Amino acid sequence: MTVTINLNGVARSSVATPDTPLLYVLRNDCDINSAKYGCGAAQCGACTVLLDGRPTRSCVTPCGSIGKAAVTTLEGLGTLDHLHPLQQAFIDEQAAQCGYCISGMIVAASALLASTPKPSEVEIREALAGHLCRCGTHSRIVRAVQRAAGVTA
Amino acid sequence: MNATTSRRAFLASSSALTVGFCFLPALDGHAQPASSASAPAMPPALPGSLATNRRLDGWLRINADGTVTMFTGKVEFGQGILTALTQIVGDELDVKLSRIAILSGETGSTPNEGVTSGSLSIQDSGTALRYAAAETRALLLQAASLKLGQPVDALRVDDGMVSVGSSRISYWELSNAAMLQREASASIAPKLPSRHTLVGTSVPRLDIPAKVTGGVAYVQDMRLPGMLFGRVMRPNMPRATLLSVDEATVRSMPGVVAVVRDGSFLAVAARREEQAIAAAAALRASARWSAGTALPPSGPALFSHLQAQRTVDTVVSEKGGGAVASASSSSSTVTASASATTSADSKRFAQRYTRPYMAHASIGPSCAVAQWNDGGKLQVWSHTQGVYPLRADLAKALGVPTAAITVTHKQGSGCYGHNGADDVALDAALLARATGGVPVKLQWMREDEFAAEPLGSAMVVELSASTDASGRIVDWQHDVWSHTHSTRPNDPEGCNLLASWALAKPQHPGPARNIAQPSGASDRNAVPLYVFARQRVVNHLLVDTPIRTSALRTLGAYANVFALESFIDELAGAHGADPVEFRLRHLQDARARAVIERAATLAGWQGTVARDTMGAPRPVAAGVLRGRGIGFARYKNLAVYCAVVAEVSVDTKSGAVHVERALAVADAGQIINPDGLRNQIEGGMIQSTSWTLLEQVPHDTAHLLARNWGDYAILRFPRVPAVRVDLIDRPNERSLGVGEGAQGPMAAAIGNAFAQATGRRLRDLPLLPDPVLRVLA
Repeated sequence: MTVTINLNGVARSSVATPDTPLLYVLRNDCDINSAKYGCGAAQCGACTVLLDGRPTRSCVTPCGSIGKAAVTTLEGLGTLDHLHPLQQAFIDEQAAQCGYCISGMIVAASALLASTPKPSEVEIREALAGHLCRCGTHSRIVRAVQRAAGVTA
Repeated sequence: MNATTSRRAFLASSSALTVGFCFLPALDGHAQPASSASAPAMPPALPGSLATNRRLDGWLRINADGTVTMFTGKVEFGQGILTALTQIVGDELDVKLSRIAILSGETGSTPNEGVTSGSLSIQDSGTALRYAAAETRALLLQAASLKLGQPVDALRVDDGMVSVGSSRISYWELSNAAMLQREASASIAPKLPSRHTLVGTSVPRLDIPAKVTGGVAYVQDMRLPGMLFGRVMRPNMPRATLLSVDEATVRSMPGVVAVVRDGSFLAVAARREEQAIAAAAALRASARWSAGTALPPSGPALFSHLQAQRTVDTVVSEKGGGAVASASSSSSTVTASASATTSADSKRFAQRYTRPYMAHASIGPSCAVAQWNDGGKLQVWSHTQGVYPLRADLAKALGVPTAAITVTHKQGSGCYGHNGADDVALDAALLARATGGVPVKLQWMREDEFAAEPLGSAMVVELSASTDASGRIVDWQHDVWSHTHSTRPNDPEGCNLLASWALAKPQHPGPARNIAQPSGASDRNAVPLYVFARQRVVNHLLVDTPIRTSALRTLGAYANVFALESFIDELAGAHGADPVEFRLRHLQDARARAVIERAATLAGWQGTVARDTMGAPRPVAAGVLRGRGIGFARYKNLAVYCAVVAEVSVDTKSGAVHVERALAVADAGQIINPDGLRNQIEGGMIQSTSWTLLEQVPHDTAHLLARNWGDYAILRFPRVPAVRVDLIDRPNERSLGVGEGAQGPMAAAIGNAFAQATGRRLRDLPLLPDPVLRVLA
């Protein structure tokens, strides 16, 4: 039995059973590094990907439920050669310590900026309220999102 | 730090090489005088980690392809150390950063620098690399001088190219392996700060680009051919015994390749990750466990319970005949002392402060990859902080020689000390023994990490002090009760890997230990930097550890600084003094005074009278109250100086404490990477806000109760304070460790700000709404 998903614009297949969380299909069948296992219970945000542009917790999303929805991961937003403005901003602001939470942060921020191009600081903090960072990089993450949005802090 | 490879042992025994390098000509005009030609029986003292890793080629290799390989025993976990070390090497060698390849943390290949901890990496590894690179450059210039027929003084170096006039020759052409096969002499002085072009600048982190683009960056990203996925199954009852489990059913589940049961150790390997998770869940469902160790009571009863347990007591500081009174149970009333040894004018005060068990709570639960090869050799990839200590304990637990094991560091998520990284490495190795040479990636689930990672110990601090008529502290007593803050691998008296205690032929853990002053462990920062005529600091180390504890960032410093800085403010308040002025009254260290004064200046701190939180309580106004507080420490009394001013608001109706903003001033001596330093201090301030407002590990007398983030809340974006860091740069002072400098001062600043806002004092961490409402009532 094969599950097919539209990943970063490319059709990818997996032999995973349909109830398998999307996270494991992405990481183990599709060579995705960005989305990460953090809690398996949709509480930390490290596994966040976009499903038709909506931030979605891949650790609790069965791969069989994706259907034709477009799955976008950090790798699909940009690459080292063609950085997404958020990726560039996170580098410019050095908005990472261990970096484990950062993929989820950038993916969620990309959805925020798509709907709210010039977010206030409060809007950024609320959009990321479901994303945990343990190193205390929050202030840089907010500044990076502001930088990508072209808003002053 | 004492493991040696056979080649190092060989070199240590041949002193001839040491003699040869006493005659290196002085370069840059700044070389130290060469040591005596008659080499002493003892090898000369070498700085930093060169002392135990003496060969130049242990640290650097000049490659024919135009690159330089830098070897370090320190490892990266987001603190930016690898980037900082390349800055040091680039400056001393005169090569561009892009030429420097890094090998970090691999047994047998990198220096043994013990554990990356204690904020010591720049001091230990940076110093070694600085001297090794300076000497390597000198050797290359010496070779160039011979080749070009020009004196060394006439030579220029630019990005590995040596030139004089129109003649040039590169490092890559000059170098041969033999050139660095010698002991370092540390006789070539490193460059003066005025000659630095990389050190002191905010070079961007080398690892961030991959981390923001989904590159391979973590051990969790490893993919090896045929790799299996592993899960371990443990209960949340420490030291429980496995009575029964249905292995047969699990063996027949889809994709399951191996089920390992050894004593009470249970693990499963499967072809697909979701299959391993399902199999582990099935093991959990059928497993029956005996009760484990009896755990202490939770809640406020914990602390008097801890104070009644067996301890080893050490007086870690005694001055002026010691303090007037020994530790007594806390008193919240002012006592006018009339004891025989104090004057009638002096007053005596005493308070007790506590902090609960706290979790590392890494965002990425611990993970390791292990593979056994033919001939019984084991390769482990791990985010351990110490590859050599881990290897030693793996050898003990697995019953194989250390030479049969290679531990290679791969990054994990931030660990903030001794989390599950070492334990999962043994779990993976045990499981991989059953898979016939096929590599296994074993990932702890979130529940596993909360149930099994070593915790930061609960602590009780009792402080008492006497002041004289002028309001000066003349007498100070600090007593701290705590479990051990250090149960890392490679204890000489046991094995500190969790699974090893559960095996059919079990190991036993090493005993509770202190770490000697001045660094300390549970007594870290218990000796005040303030100057008192009489003081006595006593460390009561709890002998028994029913809840497993080990190093959590800052070790005992967070609680000791919270306690003593709160007490300083309480004493200031009892005397109607300004908290800043009161601190300065007792502080002689000029750099300490400087960070406090600068923080006060930047915060616009004007004559503030500390609230008296030891006198009769005054009514608290309703509504949202605001206040500001200051906290200070020099981490370990050896590392970074840090003063923090925090502003909080307190909602008297809900009990919510909000840290609005905080400012830190830090003095770390010569700064390697200013932005990296800021990142660490900001991070410490925000992490401390989480610890201080929210964190305590829930448990009952049999179980550790946190399973997921709903049970152990940490700070989320809406409550993160606005933080600002100001740096005092002293390039002619030695570099001081920064990674643990902010947490204690930030906690104290928050507690003191709360007191300033409300006139009431919280002495028990965390500052949750319920205790806030109780203290405001």
